[in-house]
Amino acid sequence: MRYWKTAIGLVLTGVMLFPVYWMINVSFTRETDMRKSPPSWFPVNGTLEGYRAVLDQQLPYLGASLVVGLGTVALTLLVSAPAAYSLAKLRPRGGGVLSFVLLIAQMIPGIIMAMGFYAIFLSTGVLNTIPGLIVADSTLAVPFAVLIFTAFMSGIPEELLQAARTDGAGTFRTFWSIVLPVSRNSIITVSLFAFLWAWSDFVFASTLDQGGDHQPITLGIYHYIGNNNQQWNAIMATAVIASVPATILLIIAQRYVAAGVTAGAVKD
Amino acid sequence: MSRVTQTKVRPAGGLAPLEGRGHRVAARTRSGQWAAWAFLAPVAVYLLVFYAYPLYRNVELSLRNYTVRSFVQGDAPFTGFANYVKIFGDATFGPALWHTVVFTVVSLAFQFGIGLALAVFFSRNFRLSATLRALFLVPWLLPLIVSASTWSWMLNSDSGVINVVLGAFGIDPVNWLTSPDWSLWSVTIANIWIGIPFNLVVLYSGLQGISPAIYEAAALDGAGGWQRFWKVTFPLLRPVSAITLLLGLVYTLKVFDLIWIMTKGGPSGSSTTFATWSYRLGFGNLVPSFGPGAAVGNLLIVMALIFGLIYIRVQRRQAHT
Repeated sequence: MRYWKTAIGLVLTGVMLFPVYWMINVSFTRETDMRKSPPSWFPVNGTLEGYRAVLDQQLPYLGASLVVGLGTVALTLLVSAPAAYSLAKLRPRGGGVLSFVLLIAQMIPGIIMAMGFYAIFLSTGVLNTIPGLIVADSTLAVPFAVLIFTAFMSGIPEELLQAARTDGAGTFRTFWSIVLPVSRNSIITVSLFAFLWAWSDFVFASTLDQGGDHQPITLGIYHYIGNNNQQWNAIMATAVIASVPATILLIIAQRYVAAGVTAGAVKD
Repeated sequence: MSRVTQTKVRPAGGLAPLEGRGHRVAARTRSGQWAAWAFLAPVAVYLLVFYAYPLYRNVELSLRNYTVRSFVQGDAPFTGFANYVKIFGDATFGPALWHTVVFTVVSLAFQFGIGLALAVFFSRNFRLSATLRALFLVPWLLPLIVSASTWSWMLNSDSGVINVVLGAFGIDPVNWLTSPDWSLWSVTIANIWIGIPFNLVVLYSGLQGISPAIYEAAALDGAGGWQRFWKVTFPLLRPVSAITLLLGLVYTLKVFDLIWIMTKGGPSGSSTTFATWSYRLGFGNLVPSFGPGAAVGNLLIVMALIFGLIYIRVQRRQAHT
């Protein structure tokens, strides 16, 4: 009886993940077989020409996305970790209002932020630059990061901080040498999500970096679809490679997301 | 997310208000407040410069008559609510509103229904259930452009795999993305696919919170599986369901990438929602009309905030009970 359920589960998962399989299958399909009817269900006459095209044409885009992603992670951590420490442990006046604003900020549609950023970036000259895109992408992650960090840091035992204070550590020292190391798992969680959102961002890239010299991979795929819509194996190969960070996140974050949300990680 | 757009799970959103009860009352000394605000200063400045200011610029855009020239020089004449009057009178307004409602309601109904069914299914722990549940997260983690382009190719009229499968059942090929009758359904189907994992994860964790003893009691009273679901699971899951639906609503309203990449809101506006309309006005044409674009965007923000505030209210109330 128990294997019945596993069998149904496998079928459901198969149906759900069929588009992902299809993306991989098409990425290996030869140009000449692309419009064959019926299509090949398995990449039997597989080719790597799609992936070769990625290596030839998409590497600069992947590089730009990597820089934007890492920059977004750095900016997000820099802004959100101290704020969360303050909200969780230092009881600032007006902290509740700030938390509320952060909650609201998550709900603002990206397309509206993009229009405001466009007006500002145009007049300050950061339009079509990587730093501009990093700033815009970080708005996707900062509210989430502060909320996650606050939830986690609230769980750090008061005794630990009290002990540091007794040893003569100031507020900053306590933050740097006690709170941050203890929060390692939530830092990893926040970093992974911030990276993934920056890596996946299309709204800001297509509005704020459309004419840039260094464009992220989402625009790489978008131009691909627009320009040569015959080369679907190359488009899908790029899509497969663009999905790598998500896959890594799924494998690693399984552990860290759980660790970050349940604040029990104080033990290590 | 964004992504779901942006249907992205924000687990902390559900946690933060719960925190703070465990605080010990610390003395709010003057120097303590200085230190506290020194740590808060970066994020406060950040919110002012990178949230408040863009939003202010957006409101300002919507109240002036901008052209490309005045956009650069910054001397556009103030026109009050002219842009809003213009978009309300626009032929696109009615259809865009209707499409936004249909897209949102149909997406939510199916995401929630399928998500709930799967959550119930996965809560009977069976061999491999944890692994398979993790695999269900994949569509939610993929970059939207990846999902959108994969669906575009699968829904291609001539060579798409969907039409091949339908053909095997004797159904004629459907022009999913190129026919005005089908484009909205196509993007809705893709969006449902993306949103299922979020609903599954949140509802699953909600199910975990229901004590097995209640099920045992219901079973002892002779309730069958179906009855147990409608009489026990469903009512007890109502708080979590409300949160899931409201959050899903806020995120579905902002879906833009998916529709834009798959259909660009077309053909002939048949899949245009407020989000894609706003983008098209501001960025999609050779001659941008920033003013009306910003006005549409501000309408969207009002809609999102109304449901967002309801969400926060519901969540706060649940946290206190």
